[in-house]
Amino acid sequence: MLSTKPLTRRTFLQISALTGGGLALGLFDSPFASAQFGPPRAELTPRAFIHIAPDGAITIMARAPEIGQGVKTMLPMMIAEELDADWGKVRVEQADLDETLYGGQSAGGSTSTQNNYLPMRRVGAACRQMLISVAAKRWGVAESECSTKPSKVVHAGSGKSFGYGELAADAAALTPPGMDSIKLKDPKEFRILGKPHANVDNRSIVTGKPLFGIDTQVPGMVYAVFQKCPVYGGKVKSANLEEIKKLPGVRQVLIASSAPANSAGPADTTLEPGEVIAPAGMQPGVAIVADTWWQAQSARKSLKVDWDFGPGADQSSQKFDQRAAELMKSPPAETLRSYGDVDGTLTGAAKVVEATYAYPFLAHGTLEAMNTTASYKDGKLELWTTSQSPGGGRNQVARALNMEPGDITVHMCRIGGGFGRRLTNDYMVEAAWLGKQVGIPVKLLWSREDDIANDDYRPAGYHSFRAGIDAQGKLIAWRQHFITFGEGQRYVSGGTIEATEFPSGRVPNFALYASAQPLLLRTGALRAPGHNAYAWAIKGFFDEVATAAGRDPLDLYMEILNATPAPMPAQGQGRRGGDSLNPDRLKGVLQLVAERSGWANRKRAPGHGMGLACHYCHAGYFAEVAEVTVDSSNSIKVNRIWAAGDVGNQIMNPSGAEAQVQGAILEGMSEMGQEITLADGRAQQSNYNDFPFLRINQAPVIELFWHMTEFPPTGLGEPALPPALPAIANAVFAATGKRIRTLPLARSGFSFA
Amino acid sequence: MALKLKINNVAMTVDVPQDTPLLWVLRDVLDLKGPKYGCGMGICGACTVLLNGEPARSCVTDVGSVIGQSITTIEGLSPDGLHPVQVAWEQVDVPQCGYCQSGQILTAAALLARKPHPTDAEIDDAMSGNLCRCGTYLRIRKAIHQAAEADAAAHKA
Repeated sequence: MLSTKPLTRRTFLQISALTGGGLALGLFDSPFASAQFGPPRAELTPRAFIHIAPDGAITIMARAPEIGQGVKTMLPMMIAEELDADWGKVRVEQADLDETLYGGQSAGGSTSTQNNYLPMRRVGAACRQMLISVAAKRWGVAESECSTKPSKVVHAGSGKSFGYGELAADAAALTPPGMDSIKLKDPKEFRILGKPHANVDNRSIVTGKPLFGIDTQVPGMVYAVFQKCPVYGGKVKSANLEEIKKLPGVRQVLIASSAPANSAGPADTTLEPGEVIAPAGMQPGVAIVADTWWQAQSARKSLKVDWDFGPGADQSSQKFDQRAAELMKSPPAETLRSYGDVDGTLTGAAKVVEATYAYPFLAHGTLEAMNTTASYKDGKLELWTTSQSPGGGRNQVARALNMEPGDITVHMCRIGGGFGRRLTNDYMVEAAWLGKQVGIPVKLLWSREDDIANDDYRPAGYHSFRAGIDAQGKLIAWRQHFITFGEGQRYVSGGTIEATEFPSGRVPNFALYASAQPLLLRTGALRAPGHNAYAWAIKGFFDEVATAAGRDPLDLYMEILNATPAPMPAQGQGRRGGDSLNPDRLKGVLQLVAERSGWANRKRAPGHGMGLACHYCHAGYFAEVAEVTVDSSNSIKVNRIWAAGDVGNQIMNPSGAEAQVQGAILEGMSEMGQEITLADGRAQQSNYNDFPFLRINQAPVIELFWHMTEFPPTGLGEPALPPALPAIANAVFAATGKRIRTLPLARSGFSFA
Repeated sequence: MALKLKINNVAMTVDVPQDTPLLWVLRDVLDLKGPKYGCGMGICGACTVLLNGEPARSCVTDVGSVIGQSITTIEGLSPDGLHPVQVAWEQVDVPQCGYCQSGQILTAAALLARKPHPTDAEIDDAMSGNLCRCGTYLRIRKAIHQAAEADAAAHKA
């Protein structure tokens, strides 16, 4: 039964429409679907990316948003490698948004490596080829007789050489060679790729130079805060604007109100003084503009808003949990994949293991809060922003303000953390709208509390599992019912699961079902979306199965991965096509991590344990072993984590790669201690005190090992994260005999020391 | 009211209410963007400055309470940006997004000033107030040890 005042389909759709469609429901497909981060549409040219000055100084443009994942260093390394540039003399500059010039400029889905590895190298190689052409012509020799050394063209026969700076002006006049026919280096000859290179912004970071969006300073700029309804979908009825306007430094106070649903628009709406209809897709609220940010933020303390909270106010985590429990007992709404005879096999199995796993909503909590600076003048808009998808953001702004995208300039600032949050450009639209309203440059900065209250959250979820084991200890049946959020068979962003998710296809009798309950809250991608949640549930339950079968989980993994896969789901069944998991690659990292962690000879002692988990996502394979100590008060000290990864045949920047793995693992740990809960439709957490992240004293030693394979290289932003949670949870079981089936840890009676 | 401040060894005068948090005076009045806003309640450490050599949370420090005291921001940690901690941070390639690092570096510099050779436990103790959302903690430990060694070597030389 639904609780007393359920969200009906009608109110749900109304609010979805009000907030710009996809926002409330989330996207049907993962926002990391390849369509969004596909190969660049532009014809890339060396001229766009490389500038060589007469004195030989080389500037390389970094095209993608830098969110801490290291692309501002790595992408230029790819260019410099094939250009054969002297890296020590290369200066990297962040490109502005111009996808006609630079191709795709988004960051997400761990796709930067695979989407850039060939195109960026070709850009560098084409430029090198042009420099060689100029030198060969000057010397009157065949191009084939010329080669390059770092930043110079050399002619072996005569011993002559030209620095790149001497050739650059003439080279710039040449037509670039066809990109697809460019010959690239054999990776064995790499001088730059594959060697550790420090972050190109380090000097500026360690000396405190203004780099980030929040550091933007525009002459004559004012500052703004934007108070939104604490309940998603809520609206402003009225606010004490006159009182706020009198406060120190306050210049303007505006109510951004939404057009009533089904109205013809502003024409039939009576507006209060200071009230402006907000564009579709922007949440209503009250904007305070002041001479300084602190004045705007302080004025908020006196702000009194009469909100129409709307139907979202009826939501609570408690009701979500209740409804999920009801759905678990009901017939599933959708079969994502089913083959064999799962129920019959479970009935006849020698042993049946059953468990329910639940995880909460999570916020992103990027350390740099959402912000954008906007300057609107004479029909043109200039934005300084921190978006992971600035192209999409510009289009949203253009639609919201009824402008041409070409009239909007977007500067991409260094970003104080992305983690998927900045794939949603809500704050960019707010700042742009405000900039146009105010008419002078304005920096909109969210407070930390705004950030936690108005996130696009990682959705909560519930998994009910039943597994059957035969008399020989083989896993013969797996039944999984995933309770998520959405409407019918449309699930919220971050709340989907693929039909082929492990162990799908590898257990002889299998069923994966899903049912959804409605949600009036924005959800979105959090680093390794979906995977960051269900990897823990699935790999935790898998460990339970191994224990019940009296098997080492490593052996059970190997057995399953050696099994002949079941035929692929029929068309229409399963959310996204093929089973792309390569079992040999997952086995490879499992074996490597087992070997390096001494898994076979692990000690078993009360209060001390090791746990194993593996996961495949975002084209990367990781297996991790955690070693923990748990004291009598269930306080967990994670001492060490061994990680083995397979992302193909080339690590681009070993320093950046290791950093991504360390960061992903520590983030996974953080997530075990976090939750966003709702009461009366509002997030009950508000800052880092009640939404804590891991601290240095809790960080374990991490040992990383690469399993190099012949596959094309892929990204590292995400795949090391998911296995960290189940590896730790399974280690806690080994240490205590207690399973962690509900996150955060506190809800299972544990905490991190 | 004009307030007299000593920031990075330079005397400065600002005209702001005394209860304005130091962070916003530094960032938005004096254009020192090194100290960062993270939480606004003194628990993440992104806004760390040195107050008479000791780490302080500028987001919860009223500017009126630090008149005449020595305030050091990341911009003033060393004249050339080559404090051993800054050098070690670059060599170890600590930053990921980099947003928290000015606070981390100042806290580390203060630790080394009072304890030239800290253990891992002492590092953890001193640094646990500085949140790194990206998780650069392992390299922070390494860089602090490296800075300690470099400093010792420099003194020997």
